[in-house]
Amino acid sequence: MNALPPQQPATRTACPYCGVGCGVLAVADLNGGAMIAGDPDHPANFGRLCSKGSALGDTLSLDRRLLHPMIRRAPGVLGRVDWDTALDAVASGLRTVVDRDGPEAVAFYLSGQLLTEDYYVANKLMKGFLGSSNVDTNSRLCMASSVAGHRRAFGADIVPGTYRDIDEADLIVLVGSNAAWCHPVLYQRMIAAKRNRGAKLIVIDPRRTATAKDADLFLPIAPGMDAALFCGLLVHLADTLALDYAYIDRHTAGFVEALARAREIAANPAATARATGLEQADVAHFFELFRKTERVVTCFSQGVNQSAQGTDKVNAIINAHLATRRIGRPGMGPFSLTGQPNAMGGREVGGLSNQLAAHMGFSPEERDRVGRFWRAPCLAAKEGLKAIDLFEAIERGSIKALWVMATNPVVSLPRAGAVRHALGKLDLFIVSENVLDNDTIAAGAEARTQVLLPGAAWGEKHGTVTNSERRISRQRAFLPLPGEARPDWWIVTEVARRLGFGSAFAFGGPADIFREHAALSAFENNGERDFDIGALAGISDAAYGALDPVMWPARAGEPSREQRFFAAGEFFTPDRRARFVAPERPRPRSATSKYFPLRLNTGRVRDQWHTMTRTGMSPRLGTHSPEPFVEINPADGEAALLADGGFARITTSHGSAILKVRFDAGQRLGSIFAPIHWSEATAAYARVGEMVTAANDPFSGQPELKATPARAEPVEFAYVGIALSRGAITLPAGTWFARQAITGGNAVLFATNEPFGLWHEHARTLLPADAELAEYIDQSRGLIRIAAFRAGRFDGCIFVGPAQSQPQWGVVRSLFEAGILAEQERRTLLSGRSADGMADTGPVICACFGVGLAAIQEVVAAGRNVTVDDIGRTLRAGTNCGSCLPELRGIIERSASPVVP
Amino acid sequence: MSEPLVIIGNGMAGARLCEELSRRALGRYAIAVVGQEPQLAYNRVLLSSVLAGEVPANEIALKSSGWWRDRGVTLCYGDAVTAVDVAKRMVTCADGRTLEFAKLVFATGSRPIRLPVTGADLPGVVTFRDMADVATMSRAAGRGTRVVVIGGGLLGIEAAYGLAKAGAAVTLVHLMDRLMDRQLDRRAAALLKRAVEAKGIAVMLEAATARLIGDDRVEAVEFKDGRTIAADIVVVAVGIKPNAEIAAAASIAVKRGIVIDDHLSTSAADVFAIGECAEHRGVCYGLVQPANEQASVLAERLCGREVRYDGSVNATNLKVSGVHVFSAGDFLGGAGTESVVLADPALGIYRKLVIAGDRLVGAVLYGDTVDALWYLELIRTGIPVEHFRETLIFGRALVERQAA
Repeated sequence: MNALPPQQPATRTACPYCGVGCGVLAVADLNGGAMIAGDPDHPANFGRLCSKGSALGDTLSLDRRLLHPMIRRAPGVLGRVDWDTALDAVASGLRTVVDRDGPEAVAFYLSGQLLTEDYYVANKLMKGFLGSSNVDTNSRLCMASSVAGHRRAFGADIVPGTYRDIDEADLIVLVGSNAAWCHPVLYQRMIAAKRNRGAKLIVIDPRRTATAKDADLFLPIAPGMDAALFCGLLVHLADTLALDYAYIDRHTAGFVEALARAREIAANPAATARATGLEQADVAHFFELFRKTERVVTCFSQGVNQSAQGTDKVNAIINAHLATRRIGRPGMGPFSLTGQPNAMGGREVGGLSNQLAAHMGFSPEERDRVGRFWRAPCLAAKEGLKAIDLFEAIERGSIKALWVMATNPVVSLPRAGAVRHALGKLDLFIVSENVLDNDTIAAGAEARTQVLLPGAAWGEKHGTVTNSERRISRQRAFLPLPGEARPDWWIVTEVARRLGFGSAFAFGGPADIFREHAALSAFENNGERDFDIGALAGISDAAYGALDPVMWPARAGEPSREQRFFAAGEFFTPDRRARFVAPERPRPRSATSKYFPLRLNTGRVRDQWHTMTRTGMSPRLGTHSPEPFVEINPADGEAALLADGGFARITTSHGSAILKVRFDAGQRLGSIFAPIHWSEATAAYARVGEMVTAANDPFSGQPELKATPARAEPVEFAYVGIALSRGAITLPAGTWFARQAITGGNAVLFATNEPFGLWHEHARTLLPADAELAEYIDQSRGLIRIAAFRAGRFDGCIFVGPAQSQPQWGVVRSLFEAGILAEQERRTLLSGRSADGMADTGPVICACFGVGLAAIQEVVAAGRNVTVDDIGRTLRAGTNCGSCLPELRGIIERSASPVVP
Repeated sequence: MSEPLVIIGNGMAGARLCEELSRRALGRYAIAVVGQEPQLAYNRVLLSSVLAGEVPANEIALKSSGWWRDRGVTLCYGDAVTAVDVAKRMVTCADGRTLEFAKLVFATGSRPIRLPVTGADLPGVVTFRDMADVATMSRAAGRGTRVVVIGGGLLGIEAAYGLAKAGAAVTLVHLMDRLMDRQLDRRAAALLKRAVEAKGIAVMLEAATARLIGDDRVEAVEFKDGRTIAADIVVVAVGIKPNAEIAAAASIAVKRGIVIDDHLSTSAADVFAIGECAEHRGVCYGLVQPANEQASVLAERLCGREVRYDGSVNATNLKVSGVHVFSAGDFLGGAGTESVVLADPALGIYRKLVIAGDRLVGAVLYGDTVDALWYLELIRTGIPVEHFRETLIFGRALVERQAA
């Protein structure tokens, strides 16, 4: 974390990464960057930040930023236009499609990176004014199963507890959550609970993650079997008389069916162990810990959600908490850890295709209420298409116009190759983006009309976000809007105005939108809907500007407080009772086979976020996992003839990727893991989304991103290399590569089978023509390293060598970042090894004995009246051919001259 | 009573032998050194520095007269040996003196080869071997004097360098397509050419001298391709020839040089030879390092120890025209070898290592020779280098650091 300059006032804002929602203090510097620190007063993090948050200051560069609107009409190329032209094109394009093909032919695909205010106007425009519910979001990939599970069990999408429950728990169960990497600051609170009050930590995950390393009990569960484990738990709790029947009777329904189903799935610890692939003793240990510990928080994340049975998994977890009334009380409850900074805000707005608005659905009363509130001329009649279906509708040609805001679906969606292909079929493809190019923008090249709209980025925009514990925080701008970039809410309202809906979108700023959003949440609510922030509906601009983090509900007229839910029932179902849900028998949707014997699990690495458009700019974040990789159990790896540190082609029925192989005994047999971050913009053949099945959950529509049948085959690259340049780097087609962030230029790691000659040629085209070149060549080994220097500055290099050679890329990188090298550093640069601590011998004086100036000066300085003979006795210098004797004398004379102070 | 030991030759090899002997067995031998040059033994390597005016002529003596006196060495310099009688164990000097010996050492060195063309003995045509040559050149060469140096080996380059520094307009001509072709590969030679030219010396390669032109003294050099260059002085440095005539006259075996065995013995008992006059296993060395090694081995043997001389690795390790160069072994890289190259021309650095199998067999270093002795050691010992091949060319410090 950086220290902030004490004298300058910091802007209080919120981190744009995960759903922990940490408060951030930012002070813009004079170079367009910022000093970043954790906000000690924010209740999510109390001043802490993780590696990603701490590096936010590295990610503010305007390189590769989209700074003005652009349009491309087929056939043609993207060209700069002014805002009026762009907005007119968007409005008239949408109008044309709606008039010609109906409102169901348009869709918005939004993002958990949008602010609540942006979300609100987009949702309102589509559902109230264009008349379609085809508004979905990348939260579908992230949280949809939790939303559906919450709604099934509680009658509303609500997280019952708060972060304080983690501090106050005695048992923390993490299911499908690598919190140590993905929610690091909240994870630190878990570790603090372990330390401070002896809380036990149980980690349930098919792979031994960084989080598992701290666990008191690690359960390496078979992929997709979480519901079986929690069914077994429910049975065990019933059989050991650990249930709260009074609570079950008074406040819930469906228990009998749920327990009966649980018995079918996992009748006892032995059956549970069989179903889950766990040791029976471990299962029993878990069940007993849960039974004996009153204060249990079960945190779950993508390992639960990203499944074709994700909703059932969520409900199986909730069942165990409901049946023991371990909910809504201090230190207890099922706790969904949200992936994105504002997935919660999007859910509150209703920015999902199966919600209307403000936690209301499509019942006649709800439609009527929202319609009246919005004075909507054309309110959507029914649910729209969820993400997977939505992109399939584009593929089929039934959706003609798509507006993507702040997300990169060609990388992140399953069957990403098909998604890319589908986007080319659009009549109108609108992308609101921060960056000039990504895979999604590139995929639009085939669409009839493509419009790029430069959105404001984090640090440039104002609004609110909601974190995993229902806490609304302000994001605040501390940087000016660059170029012609504009906030997303502005862009949407300008389009709405051009569509003739000006009076319903007469917002002057985010505070206006927030007030309307708050008013809608309270509109005819009367405590019947969970989401109610009516207390904020009349907030002044000044109060909005100064708004402290606030937890919802915040009902008008009620004192503001942190509230837990459901300790005493009061669910949001019509009968106010919670529902136990009997889960389907767990099984991954797609079976492995002879051709696809492995299961591909996907996820994240510690220091990258999503598709790396932001974190990928930070050199320090890039060093943790520089290359796209696949983790595999060594036994599986050897069986597939892979080599640790080599490469593998991973293939599924949807696509393939070539990834660096990491043998990891923490990987379950039969399971492999690949991170989701790399795209065609950052690597070759490493778009993991392309391989993932689109099978999805029937309730949430969330795809099964973590269990695609796959196979692994070795890929041999004879040579590996790195290229560094102050400018762009283009490698010959067919080269495997991964870009890496670096200060002051570009870095690419690569692997190739192209022989020596090609690289020798290519090096000269890659490096500056006017540079001095230094080279190290061992041609018979295929090793070539060429470095370029301009005016003494190390300005680029290309290293290619046999795959087994292992230069220290970090050393080369840091020398490149330093630019100006000491002579010793330049001399050892091409070794790819650190010269740190290696004495600089200085120029050779005595050639016969290889004695350098530094050693001679040392001898001269150490003695009094040192003679040439003394030097000869000590260093042998000058005692062979003697040709250096004049120089030795000179050195003595120079050192003997009086030192002028 | 000390045994009389006579050393013929007052040069670097002889001086080194005296030094080695006096360190091991002072007084065992009554040493007499007979040398033709009329002064104390001096460091011949520094002659070009004297020529360049970098070092005063009186500062290149290897040892002071006091040093010789303290070790009881009889110096007969300025006196040439004219004959050796092996049977009588006696040498005869030019002034008629005779010296008896129990052991005799030839350290007579070599002399420049005369250019085999017409005009080679015109006044103004000089060689570059001794202090007298330096004096001749220094007198003749001033600012603007037109000098042609024939021979692009070490001596020729050094002469050209010295003369250029003294202000002469120097052209260096060489028969071969690269300078120091016996010691450097093409790339190192090209760098050296650039460095030589940077001193203001014009370099002509593949230039075969047809004749030297002049009436009273030399005026121009004419080449076989018809070109001519005007010259006030022509320095000839096309090679050396061992001084072996006196040995031959004494019926000691001589081929190119005086033939010696691994004991440094000539064909005559108690008669030895070291330095440039000697031929060991068919090789006549022309550098100071082998001479020193031979002197050291001979000193050991004269002290009664059973050591052998197995020959010197053909290594060049010196500074030419201000640049350090080193080469050793099979530095050109023949069939069955692999070459590894490191070059940073802008820093004036070039290295080539030649590897056969897992062993280093040759090396060329240009500009930075700090690792020369280490490579020489690796070549001599044949230690396998495979496991540090990737860092080998960056030198000992880095390799050892990686190993640590």
